[in-house]
Amino acid sequence: MRFQTAAASLLGLAVLPILMPWLEFVLTLAIAKGFAALGVAVLLRAGLISIGHAMFFAASAYGVAFLSRAGVADFALAMLASVLLAASLGVIVGTFLVRYRAIFFAMLNLAVSMVFYALCSKLYGLTGGTDGMAVPIPTVFGVSLPDPAFKSLLYYFSLILMVVVGFALHHYLNSPLGQALSAVHSNEIRLEYLGVPVWAVLLIAYAASAGLAGMGGAIAGFAVGRVVPDFAFWTASGHLILIAVLGGIGGVPGAFIGAVFLELLHSAAVSVTDAWNLIVGAALILVIVFLPSGFYGLMKQEKAPSL
Amino acid sequence: MSSAFIPLLLDSLASAALIFFAAVGLTLVFSVLKVLNVAHGSLYSIGGYLAASLSLFVASRGLNPYFSFVALLLSAALVAAVLGPLLEATLIRWVCGKSEAVQILATFGLFLILEDLQRIIFGVQSYYEDTPMRLMGTTTLGGVVYLNYQLVLIGVALAVIFGLRFLIRHTRLGRLMAAVVADREMAQSIGINTDRIFLLAFSLGVFLAALGGALSTPTSGIAPGLGADTMVLAFAVAAIGGLGQIEGAALASLIVGVARVTAVYVAPEFDAVAPYAAMLVVLLVRPYGLLGTMKIRKV
Amino acid sequence: MTSDVILKATDLRVSFAGIKAADGVNIQVNRGEFVAVIGPNGSGKTTLLNICTGYITPGSGSVHLEGAEITGLAPRKIARLGIARAFQIPQLFSDQSVINNIMLGLAARHGLWTALRPLETPARRKEAQDLLELVGLGEDANRISSTLPEGHRKLLDIAVALALEPRLLLLDEPTSGVSALDRFPLMEAIMGAIRQRRISALFVEHDMDVVARYADRVVVWNAGQIMAEGTPAEVFSNDEVLKRVVGVA
Repeated sequence: MRFQTAAASLLGLAVLPILMPWLEFVLTLAIAKGFAALGVAVLLRAGLISIGHAMFFAASAYGVAFLSRAGVADFALAMLASVLLAASLGVIVGTFLVRYRAIFFAMLNLAVSMVFYALCSKLYGLTGGTDGMAVPIPTVFGVSLPDPAFKSLLYYFSLILMVVVGFALHHYLNSPLGQALSAVHSNEIRLEYLGVPVWAVLLIAYAASAGLAGMGGAIAGFAVGRVVPDFAFWTASGHLILIAVLGGIGGVPGAFIGAVFLELLHSAAVSVTDAWNLIVGAALILVIVFLPSGFYGLMKQEKAPSL
Repeated sequence: MSSAFIPLLLDSLASAALIFFAAVGLTLVFSVLKVLNVAHGSLYSIGGYLAASLSLFVASRGLNPYFSFVALLLSAALVAAVLGPLLEATLIRWVCGKSEAVQILATFGLFLILEDLQRIIFGVQSYYEDTPMRLMGTTTLGGVVYLNYQLVLIGVALAVIFGLRFLIRHTRLGRLMAAVVADREMAQSIGINTDRIFLLAFSLGVFLAALGGALSTPTSGIAPGLGADTMVLAFAVAAIGGLGQIEGAALASLIVGVARVTAVYVAPEFDAVAPYAAMLVVLLVRPYGLLGTMKIRKV
Repeated sequence: MTSDVILKATDLRVSFAGIKAADGVNIQVNRGEFVAVIGPNGSGKTTLLNICTGYITPGSGSVHLEGAEITGLAPRKIARLGIARAFQIPQLFSDQSVINNIMLGLAARHGLWTALRPLETPARRKEAQDLLELVGLGEDANRISSTLPEGHRKLLDIAVALALEPRLLLLDEPTSGVSALDRFPLMEAIMGAIRQRRISALFVEHDMDVVARYADRVVVWNAGQIMAEGTPAEVFSNDEVLKRVVGVA
C-alpha cells in the first residue's frame, strides 16, 4: 500500500511537468528545498533545531558558481564537489556546534549563517555582492545542452536523486547510528553510559545534513542560473524549518511532501500577496500549536485507529 | 595614538550601551519566563521604526524639535504597552513551560511575522532622523569633538543597569520576580501570581528592547534587516555574559562594543564579524558564557 | 595478583560546597562478588557510583578497574572499559520500545560504526529477546518503555546495562520505588542474570532485608567514611552500625 502510494506520487511528479511545463521549475526548486529540509529534519530527530541551514544550501550553490568560474563545466563533477564542500563546511561548523543543545544550538546556527550571509553580501570582488554570481548551464558528460533540455534533465535527475537519497537516508536512520541520533533526544545520559560518543553521532548527522542542504543548493543554483546571498538569508532557513516541521519529525517522504506543498502554495501566493514570510511564520506557529507531529504525522495518526 | 584612544573609548561605550539595551531585555525575559524569545530583535527594530516615524512627524508639523526626545521615549513605552501584553498573553504564555524546541519554533514563527509586518508597514527604505542628536550638540575637549548624545546613551544604559538592580533587590516586584526565578512552583504554591509577574517582566523586556531601538535611530538610522541583526547580536551578548545574567549582559556588551568599535577603527570590513569572533572566543573557553552555569541533569 | 580485584577505589575524597561526601574512602570489589553499600540517606553513596563511572572527578584518590587506572575518564570511556551502571531513576529511551532500548545497548557494545545494516537484525533481536527473558520482561518487548510500571522500568534499566556485558555492574538502589511485595522477585531476576553472566556487582541499597539476603559483603558508609565492612552477619551484629545506619537498637 505504501509502496503503491509512493510509486503513484513519483509517477505524478514525473508526468506533471509534461502536462504543465511551468511546473517544472517550481517542482525542481521544491525538490531542491526538500533535500535541504531533509537535512534540517535529520537534526530534528536529535531534538536539534538549526535556524541556519540555508547557509549550506547557499555555500553549495556558490561552490557550483566558483567551479564554473574556474572552468569546471561538468555537471556531475560540479554536483559532487559542491555537496562535498557543503558537507566539509558542516564538519567544520559542526565540530564547534555539536557541543550545544536546544537554544544555544539554534541561535549559534543562526549566528554562523548570518555571518556567512554578511560575507557573501560584502565581499563584492569575490562573490559579486548582492548581485550574486551566475551559474551557467554545465555540460553533461561532455555534451552541451540547450537551456530547456538541461532544465528538464535537471528535474528528472533531481527526481531520481530524491528516490536514491531517500532510500539511503531511510537506511541511515534505521541503522544503529541513526537510532542513536534519536536516542540523543530521548536520553543523552543513558547513551553516554552505553559508551557511545554522542558528539561523533551528532557530528556525522550534522555533516550529512549539511551535505543534504548542499545537494539542494547545487540543484537550486543550476535551476535558477544564479546564486545570490539571499540563498543564505535567515528567512530561507525559516522556510526549511517550516518544511521539515510540516513533514513531521523523521519521515523521509514528509520533507518532500512538505516542500512540494509549500512551493506550490508559494507560487500561488506570490500573485496575491508579497507577505510570504508572514504566511510562513503564521503557518509555523499554527503547525506547532495544532499539528505537533506535522502533516505527515497527521496522516499516520489517521491511519492508526483502523489497525 | 593616545588622542585616538578617548574617542575609541567613547564610541565603544556608546555602542555597548545600545547593544546592552537589546541584550538585557532578552536575558531578563529568559531568566524570569525561561523562554528565549527569538523575536526579541524585532521589538528593538519596531521601537526604532516607531521612534523615527514619530520624530519625522514632529519635524514635519514644525513642532518644537525637543519633542523628538519625547517621541523616542514615547515610542518605546507605546511598543511595550501594546506589544508586551499582546504577545505575552497569547503566544509567549502558550510556549511557557513547553519544550525548548517548541519555544524556539513558535517564537521563530513570530519573528518571521513581525519582520514581514515591519517591511509591509514601514517599507524597505531607510529612515534617518537625527534631530535629537543635533540638538544635543557637541563638546570639544582637548581638540577632540564628542557627540553629547553618546554621553546620554551611556548615561541611560547606566541608569538601566542600576534601575534593574534596584528593582530586583529593593522592590516588592523585584523580590517576587526573584522568587519566581529561584523556584517557579514554590512561588506559585505560596500564592504569587506568576502570570502577572511574567506579563510585567516580558513587557519590561519589550520596553528595554524598544528603548534601545528608539535611542539608536538618531545615531545609526534604521533599515530593514535590523531586527535580525539585533537578535543575533543580542543573543551573542547574552550568551557571552551567560544566558539569564543581567550583570553578565552588561559585561558582555562592553566586550562586544569594544570589539566592534576597534574593528571599525582598525579593519572596517570586519566590523560585522567582530562581535561573533568575540563570542566564539568566549564560548570556546566558557561554553555557557562568562557568568553562566551549565545545567547538569541529576542522576 | 590484581586480576582477582575488579574494582579498587583508593582514598577517595570529594566535597560539595564544603560538605565532605567522601573523605578517604577505600572500596574493593573482587571477581564474582556482590558487594552492597549501605548507609543513611545523603551520606554520599550515589557519589561513589558517580565517581566510579566518571560522572564526577574526585578531589583526590584513584579508581582502578582490573589494575588499570580509570580515575576521571569520561563516562562513555569507562563504559567501554567494562563498567555498566543502572540508575536509581531508570534512564531509558522512554519513547522507544522495550526491545529497542536493549538493541541500542547491544549495538553500542558491537560498535555503532561497523553496521551499515539496520539496528534491528534477526540476530540482534534474538539476543535482545533472550536478555529480556532473563530479567523477566520477555512479554513486554514491544511496549513503549515509558508505559512500563516502575519495577519493570528498573529491570529494563538493568537489562540495558547488562547488554553491554560489563565486567562490573553498578546498581543504584535497585529496589527503591518498588513495592515491598515485588522486591524479592525483582532481586531474584537481577541475581539470576548476573550470576548466569558471572558479573561482579556493586550495589547501593537501603533495604536491609535485601542486603542481608543477597550481599556477599557489606560496606557501611557514614558521613563520607567507611564505618564498617564485612559479611552481612558481621555487619548486622555491629551495635554501632545498628544504631547509626539500620536505625534499631
